[in-house]
Amino acid sequence: MGILQQSHGISGDLTERREAPDSLELDDIQHFLMARPPALAARYEFLTFECATGGRTWLEGLIDKVGNAKEVGSSILDSRWVTIGLTWNGLRALGVADARLATFPEEFRQGMAARSDVLGMTGANQPDHWVGRLSSPNLHAIAILFARDIAERERCQQEHANYLKQCDGVNVLSTLDLEAIPPFDYAHEHFGYRDRLSQPVIAGTGVDPTPGSGPPIKPGEFFLGYPDEEGPAAGLPQPEVLSRNGSYVAYLRMEEHVGAFRDFLRAHGETPEKQELMAAKLMGRWRSGAPLVLAPDTDDPELGADSQRSNDFNYAKMDPHGYGCPLGAHIRRMNPRDTAVNMKRRKMIRRGGTYGPPLPEGVPDDGVERGIAAFVGCASLVRQFEFAMNVWANDPAFHELGNERDPIFGTQDGTFDMTIPKRPIRKKIKGLPAFTTIRGGAYFFLPGIRALRYLASLRDGL
Amino acid sequence: MATVATATPSTPKEFDTTKPQAMAIPKEGYFDLQNGRYGPVYPRTPACYGFTIIAKIKPGRADSIRAYGKTIEGAIADLPDALATLKLHYLRWVLFDIGQETYFMYQGIFDTDFDKYTEDAVALFTKYGVNTVFENLEGFPEDWKTNVPAFVKFVRDHQRPSFLEYGEYPYVTADEIKKALKLKAAFSDMLDLMQ
Repeated sequence: MGILQQSHGISGDLTERREAPDSLELDDIQHFLMARPPALAARYEFLTFECATGGRTWLEGLIDKVGNAKEVGSSILDSRWVTIGLTWNGLRALGVADARLATFPEEFRQGMAARSDVLGMTGANQPDHWVGRLSSPNLHAIAILFARDIAERERCQQEHANYLKQCDGVNVLSTLDLEAIPPFDYAHEHFGYRDRLSQPVIAGTGVDPTPGSGPPIKPGEFFLGYPDEEGPAAGLPQPEVLSRNGSYVAYLRMEEHVGAFRDFLRAHGETPEKQELMAAKLMGRWRSGAPLVLAPDTDDPELGADSQRSNDFNYAKMDPHGYGCPLGAHIRRMNPRDTAVNMKRRKMIRRGGTYGPPLPEGVPDDGVERGIAAFVGCASLVRQFEFAMNVWANDPAFHELGNERDPIFGTQDGTFDMTIPKRPIRKKIKGLPAFTTIRGGAYFFLPGIRALRYLASLRDGL
Repeated sequence: MATVATATPSTPKEFDTTKPQAMAIPKEGYFDLQNGRYGPVYPRTPACYGFTIIAKIKPGRADSIRAYGKTIEGAIADLPDALATLKLHYLRWVLFDIGQETYFMYQGIFDTDFDKYTEDAVALFTKYGVNTVFENLEGFPEDWKTNVPAFVKFVRDHQRPSFLEYGEYPYVTADEIKKALKLKAAFSDMLDLMQ
């Protein structure tokens, strides 16, 4: 919560902000990418608008419930957070004129399903196999609810269901319920890895990045209408009232095959210690969060839990050959730190949580879908999100590896390898199985608050 | 999408680097359509990745383009790693005339699929002022620094794919060549030490 509490003083009145475009208009930015909610439960509702008026009515009535970045830390937002995102088809369904729709970037207009080959979503990950009708052109909007606990989520869900009855032609395509995995004292996913370890800090929020996390990133890398790392804002979708303070988010519903993952660890480690090391080699961090570059041989849970130390490392100088963290490990791909150029233009903000029941240790896989349903926020899907998917996650030639993809997040079909550098001879695992499958996804635009009002006030034919 | 692509990046292959190879390439410049972020992805050939961009220059700009060769020479002398990002083997810049008009040919041989690192290349071009060359070409987008898709479109519109590529030591990357030379030097040192 520190981010927003410290940044309350930043936004002045409108005139002041226009003169100082670096300052974030916190009261106009949806809170979603600004801070993490203190939430243990969530629900995503995927919606379709059968008519523009119904969609606009729905939007109009919800705007006051959407949290803005200035309100974070208030008592209302502490119990529930509402966020609204719209697909390009959704903007069209609300009545945005064709000429204006055409000003949105190509990849957003196409949508994630059409970009699946760029993203490496092949085989079992293909949109044909997606669930929840997420690949449908009728997917228009998402209402994201983060709630303090399950009871609050159930209350909000009922309230929204009642509200939908009042909005003509606004229908639910699918929903997804999310719950944190116990124990709740630290965030982790179904494989057991500690989560939320690194996140870019947005310049102008007054927050200091943790050691090793690099400098704060210009707000224009995440919010439209602000200077980015290359210079002043440019090429904004029109009209400006619609794009300003908005962000793009890529939604991914990624199933985690916990049984297959644990079988793999057992097959490649004779002892529990060796299995833990194998899990760490795939990720680049021990499941405790301790990075292999700093703790190459044995786990160090205290280090993993210490945010002042757990990102304080690099690769080029500290582990150039990957003897600690393999060159193809997940975190080395998704954040190559000092071993890639232009890193400030590739940063993304991650939100989301886990869904499905945790699989207890020692129990065979029950076939129930469980995984991560996450959002990746950025100002350019093609430059940030699609680059990460296309190059970092799925390029077999990344770091000259030749025949590897991200062992956890990449598209695996049993034909790729994983090299674990080791003296005197490296270890090469042939035919890595798929530990994850993409079960759905979509590109949304998260408009600013003024933009939501603009959309709600559209009239047909304008 | 009209065509279903096979996979994101090129499918993994064990390349035989010991036997010279030639590859004839279809007119489109690729065998199967695979879409990258900015359009079709061109294949890795025995002569690595690469492109040949041919564009008409604005009248009277030949000298300023030619002069830029000297600028690049100086930049690399001062900072040998300046273009490391591009994973280049070779660059060849050529000016030639057709009738009254002058054309510029930018041929690059490199080890990465250009589509993947487009933004990095644009950032580098900005940093070292390669834009001064491109800005002398007809049809080059004026807002190229902030409009990567327009930059990429220009490059793709002016790209002339090869129909034959040959490699005497096929598929070998510049990094592998550099490593091999380092190894050779290290062995040589080792043999000296054993005297």
